[in-house]
Amino acid sequence: MKIGIVDYNAGNLTSVVSALSFIGSDYVVSSEHSVLMGCDKLIFPGVGEANWAMEQLRVRDLERSLREFKKSGKPILGICLGSQIILDHSQESDTNCLGLVPGEAKHFPKDMGLKIPHIGWNTVEHNGKGIFRGIPKEASFYFVHSYYVEPKDKKNVIGKTTYGIEFCSSVEYENITAFQFHPEKSGEVGLQLLRNFVEA
Amino acid sequence: MFQKRVVVCLDVRDGKTTKGIKFKGNVDIGDPVLMAEEYYKQGVDELVFYDITASSDKRGIMIDVVKEVAKRIFIPFTVGGGINSLEDIRAVIDAGAEKVSLNSGAVRNPNIIKEGAEVFGNQCIVLAMDAKADDTCPSGYRIVTSGGRNETQWDALEWAKEGVRLGAGEIVLNSIDADGMKTGYEMNLTKMISEAVSVPVVASGGAGVPKHLADVLTEGKADAALIASMVHYGDYTVSSIKNELKELGVSVRIV
Repeated sequence: MKIGIVDYNAGNLTSVVSALSFIGSDYVVSSEHSVLMGCDKLIFPGVGEANWAMEQLRVRDLERSLREFKKSGKPILGICLGSQIILDHSQESDTNCLGLVPGEAKHFPKDMGLKIPHIGWNTVEHNGKGIFRGIPKEASFYFVHSYYVEPKDKKNVIGKTTYGIEFCSSVEYENITAFQFHPEKSGEVGLQLLRNFVEA
Repeated sequence: MFQKRVVVCLDVRDGKTTKGIKFKGNVDIGDPVLMAEEYYKQGVDELVFYDITASSDKRGIMIDVVKEVAKRIFIPFTVGGGINSLEDIRAVIDAGAEKVSLNSGAVRNPNIIKEGAEVFGNQCIVLAMDAKADDTCPSGYRIVTSGGRNETQWDALEWAKEGVRLGAGEIVLNSIDADGMKTGYEMNLTKMISEAVSVPVVASGGAGVPKHLADVLTEGKADAALIASMVHYGDYTVSSIKNELKELGVSVRIV
């Protein structure tokens, strides 16, 4: 089982790499189409700005890799920014995104009376099945974001979190799973989520 | 439910922590990686490593510490101390830290905040500020550096706003007057800054008992509370503090 980590110069890959090493997973970090296509599963991480990230993907021809991997039916895990730019569009810099999952990334309402970005630990309402198997209901995960995912179809929402508003913090669509939070920075429960993805 | 954070700060000099520690068990005293691992197990939400290495030729040791921490600890951590350039920021981020903490380097050259935020994102740039009560400042507090020995021209409130305007994604607010006193955080200062900026504020300096954290996280409007000696000297564990916070009605992550 080889996990491909998509390297597009966005965000902190080190932490995803460390977490996969720690759980004993076989992985490769690459921006090469052929290398990524040869993997069994992909992790698409990301920290940064949507428009900039899309540009980084384009100059490396990684848009094609992600589309083809999606079409192949093999599992993809999006994390943070990676969960947003798989959608059709992001309000961040009015960016047209990959369109792998129908939906849009929206900015938190500015009048919630809360600090933005949403930084820190928060709980995720989930059903304890699939990717969330073995994860306690009360478990907390680490979030750092100002935009959130809104899939077109509510049935793609597999995790909900409240920060001023209730938003989708985990999405599942065909062979794609994506988390708004950082499983690689969410302690033991986060590592368990990564194991669930790798070992499924 | 959104939770308030408990952050532990470790001062590291030449690769060793400067404060002793009285963990039960067999943790090597002074090894920042093992200490970090112990706090991680106790359920700390975040760690800050502050590099107080005096000579620049020993700086590489800190990078080794950061790399080792990144391999073993799966929560966010920040590195501060002696960060003055984009190259310094890149070095600690590449080694595996989530955030860098800028302090006197940012006072000398505020542009580093902007440059850092542009390259690494606002979430990566923490502005750490040391404030000291000063009646001659409009807000009542002045920004100082070098542990309070150097006075700057900045009013604390103005500097906080300027830092956020330039791109800081978080503020660590340390009260020089309260630091080490164990009589509680500087509540007025924390509340004032937290209410004035759009980004999270981490209160620092003065914690002696868990009630102090509860106060600053509620009344003081802080998003996180930073502690050091409370846990380094074995008076408390992170888990004992968090359990007490929970009993006091503060929403915290219990592992």
